[in-house]
Amino acid sequence: MSDITKQSLSELVENIKSKKLSSSEVTKAFVERSEKSKELNAYITEDYANALNKAKKFDEKPNLDLKLSGIPMAVKDLFCTKDLRTTAGSKILNNFVPTYESTVTQNIWNEGAILMGKLNCDEFAMGSSNETSFFGNVQNPIDKNLVPGGSSGGSSSAVAAQLTPITIGTDTGGSIRQPASFTGTVGLKPTYGSCSRYGIVAFASSLDQAGPMAQNVKDCALLQEVISSYDEKDSTSIDFKRNEYSKELTKDIKGKKIGIPKEYRVDGMPKEIEGLWKKGIEYAKDCGAEIIDISLPHTNYALPTYYIVAPAEASSNLARYDGVKYGFRAEGENLIDMYEKTRSEGFGAEVQRRIMIGTYVLSSGYYDAYYLKAQKVRKLIKNDFDDAYEKVDAILTPSTPSSAFKIGEKTNDPVSMYLNDIFTVPVNLAGLPGISIPAGHDAKGYPLGLQIIGKAFDEQNILNIAYAMEEKINFKNNITDWWIK
Amino acid sequence: MSIDLKTIKHISKLSRISVDEKKAEKLAGDLNSIFDFIEKLNELKTDNVEPLTSVVETTLKLRSDEVKSKNLRDQVIKNSPKENEDYFVVPKVIE
Repeated sequence: MSDITKQSLSELVENIKSKKLSSSEVTKAFVERSEKSKELNAYITEDYANALNKAKKFDEKPNLDLKLSGIPMAVKDLFCTKDLRTTAGSKILNNFVPTYESTVTQNIWNEGAILMGKLNCDEFAMGSSNETSFFGNVQNPIDKNLVPGGSSGGSSSAVAAQLTPITIGTDTGGSIRQPASFTGTVGLKPTYGSCSRYGIVAFASSLDQAGPMAQNVKDCALLQEVISSYDEKDSTSIDFKRNEYSKELTKDIKGKKIGIPKEYRVDGMPKEIEGLWKKGIEYAKDCGAEIIDISLPHTNYALPTYYIVAPAEASSNLARYDGVKYGFRAEGENLIDMYEKTRSEGFGAEVQRRIMIGTYVLSSGYYDAYYLKAQKVRKLIKNDFDDAYEKVDAILTPSTPSSAFKIGEKTNDPVSMYLNDIFTVPVNLAGLPGISIPAGHDAKGYPLGLQIIGKAFDEQNILNIAYAMEEKINFKNNITDWWIK
Repeated sequence: MSIDLKTIKHISKLSRISVDEKKAEKLAGDLNSIFDFIEKLNELKTDNVEPLTSVVETTLKLRSDEVKSKNLRDQVIKNSPKENEDYFVVPKVIE
């Protein structure tokens, strides 16, 4: 069977189950394509030989009753994988080999999938362009020298370029949805507490969530079903009844009330984004949804709030990297000197910047003015959503304020980089699920995404809306394989 | 508000990240532009707002206090940059 890598996850699962394809054939096809695609720099660590071995073993005694039987998969390098190096895109974890497995990846292997390697990301998931990775930029398969978004940039690049049938990312302020939007792929950030954080390198613990990144909504629903589970190893994991998202997926969204928040019409938003949003509203109406204007009055305060809360939590989480127990160590004249040199040489510029911001806002004399203030505004932002959900079932917005930009274009201006996440950050602050689906192209031919935000634990509803709209939009990604010589 | 070099040096000490003069100046510039952006929050009156400490209103689950993983010593030591038998090794702290 030719063009294995062009098949969707659901097709591959079906073909392996019906024995039209073996796991070895599928794994070999994705490994070969990954090997031809080194210029994208999507991988930090390749594990191809092991993957091929595991596929061979699977074929000798196939268990075809699982949800991902024999499917090869590369994952973001923020998930700890037992016995395979996990770097979080940082020099400080360059040589770290976990002795345990993250719950989310374990759930995936339990359903029969096979690890192919670890995908590039911004250092400690801090970035919106994958340019802060110690392991270098990732290329967007859409066009040369274009960023794939971030922080899950290796993941978005790999899915769009079909180096892996599907993948997982993490999303603290938009790190799944923004790269999905930049690469013409689908990305879901689940409700906070839906997927276990155990074994995920921590960035900002009250915001971090793992989620699927896929070529279409159905595949996304299937992986969400696999990764979402209650886990007693994560004290913020929530024990709620999880749907079989892929089985319960329906395009019937007649009568669903979808809110359009006026505050998302931000100054300087390109006409193309405004146009895309209007088109999205028409598509939703065509699907039978009812459109209702709503207000989320504190939207403009979400990014400043995020840039207090996230660095504060990060400065605390990253205190553990001290050169003693694991990771990189720089030699020093004494213990303090060793700590200071290790952290100065081991962390990149953006991570150091955020640790400094976080340390400052938590420091004596500034805590009330910054951190407490931010927690209060976070409450107002959450209240906005609670009020809106009295009237609507879901909310439709653009995913990003622009299409993908060139590598190097925003690296010298942190604030302009942060503005990328203006539409995604409020969702994390309120702990809600959000999905980005590709919805059109700009004048340059670059993909643009629409975001559907749901009520807490209502993943099924936003997946259904996305599924219905996906059919109407009929988006085609334009990948020319320019990087394959 | 303005963050000066003295403040940068103080934060760097608290963060245990060494900075030289050049890096301190760059950081001061970056942090000032970020804090200018953050100051927007002061437009809002929040005196009577309860701070949000958890997005999900739930009580923490209790569990029995049992040891579930045993004999992890080798695993714990495994990734250490420097160790001696069962101990992590650091520069001398007592003269």
